[in-house]
Amino acid sequence: MAWQWFHRLGSPRWFYEKTGPWMPWLAVLSAVLLISGAVWGLAFAPADMKQGNSYRIIYIHVPAAFLALAGYYIMAISGAIGLIWKMKLADMVMKSAAPIGAVLTFVALVTGAIWGKPTWGTWWVWDARITSMLILFFLYLGVIALQEAYQHQDTANKASAILALVGTVNIPIIYKSVDWWYTLHQPATIKFTSESTIHPSMLYPLLTMVIGFYCFYALVLLLRTRSEVLEREKKTRWVQDLARQG
Amino acid sequence: MSDIPLAEEQLLRSRQLVSPGVWAGFLATLRRDTIIAFRHRGEMMNPLVFFLMVITMVPLGISPERIILATLAPGMIWVVALLATLLSLDSLFRSDFEDGTLEQLLMSPQPLYFQVLAKVAVHWLVTGLPLTLMAPLLGVMLSLPAAGFVPLCYTLLLGTASLSLIGAIGAALTVALRKGGLLLSLVIMPLYVPVLIFGASAVNNGIEGFPIGGQLAVLGAFLAMAIVLAPMAAAGALRIGING
Repeated sequence: MAWQWFHRLGSPRWFYEKTGPWMPWLAVLSAVLLISGAVWGLAFAPADMKQGNSYRIIYIHVPAAFLALAGYYIMAISGAIGLIWKMKLADMVMKSAAPIGAVLTFVALVTGAIWGKPTWGTWWVWDARITSMLILFFLYLGVIALQEAYQHQDTANKASAILALVGTVNIPIIYKSVDWWYTLHQPATIKFTSESTIHPSMLYPLLTMVIGFYCFYALVLLLRTRSEVLEREKKTRWVQDLARQG
Repeated sequence: MSDIPLAEEQLLRSRQLVSPGVWAGFLATLRRDTIIAFRHRGEMMNPLVFFLMVITMVPLGISPERIILATLAPGMIWVVALLATLLSLDSLFRSDFEDGTLEQLLMSPQPLYFQVLAKVAVHWLVTGLPLTLMAPLLGVMLSLPAAGFVPLCYTLLLGTASLSLIGAIGAALTVALRKGGLLLSLVIMPLYVPVLIFGASAVNNGIEGFPIGGQLAVLGAFLAMAIVLAPMAAAGALRIGING
């Protein structure tokens, strides 16, 4: 009984019909959280003692970086589910998650560079975290490129699922080795402000933004997966009925 | 053996009730691939020539100053060795895929894991090992400090084996694609980062007079993990590439 929902997920149609009513709620929730978090963070949170107003990019940078990493695991886990249980829906989620994750990683990198200019005086620094993010971006690009290269959809899914899983094994190793590499090449001029000492008045808008980003991610992932469902099931009766209804 | 009559044993073999063991299958593929590799000596030389040519470009492009070259040498040799391995990987399964040998391997009762491992072992023997042996010569050309030669050989010896194993996953993923070469590099290069970091830093440490045992141990750990996991992933990818 408890596992019924899991088996039902095997049906793209059930998923499509079930998630339909969620979409407006999710859209409103993420809009409210993102707008209130952004206004709170950009207008009302106090300016940083050392960095002034430039630190405020944290409200985009940190949530994007969180989701960039979480998104990889979402992609890899759904890839694994697709490989093990041959669930069509999991393949679709994996395919939809890859570009979103790549974009978020890119956003994290770009906002980091913009933040770096006023604080460190340079756009790019070979810092451990920046370098790991860049490699994460490459991993995403690899999965997308492999997905695009195959003509046959099913083969593309399985191949990129394997690549995503191999990447999952490697991500902790890459993170650790880049960390280790950075301690060898530590530049003397740059210091990160440690994040655990953030004041609550700055932390709460940040948390709002993080939750807002998660909701937004869920919304975009569902949107992409739903359109993927329609695309792949376009020859079935229910999709054609749906199209006729308008 | 002697209590089974010869004719009966042949009958059993023909029905595959007595199939050769895993070790025999591994050795057979190892032997076959080595022979094929040595019959294409020109192809075997290509990664080495590439290695030499790219290293020649470094002083031409940057500076022939000995001091500058010496600081660049460990990283440069490592990066180029990595690229040479990547370029040679595309042919790992390609010809077997095209003439149908790979399908036979998939259908055989032998575990695919050991077949892939044998193929990767041959790949390392004909690329990784020669690259390692050639590296000191290139070290001389880039005026690598004397203390760096031994670490360079040790790290390349351990590291190129990991590179071949990890790269086999990419080769297997792209074997069914007509133009897989560039894609293979895109997919695999991020996974090479840890090996490169530890390999090059060990050489740098050696030059500065620090012990390199730690890095060698980590490279060894990478190799152990790659031997266990990489052929498995590559075998899975081959099945997908062929069965669709």
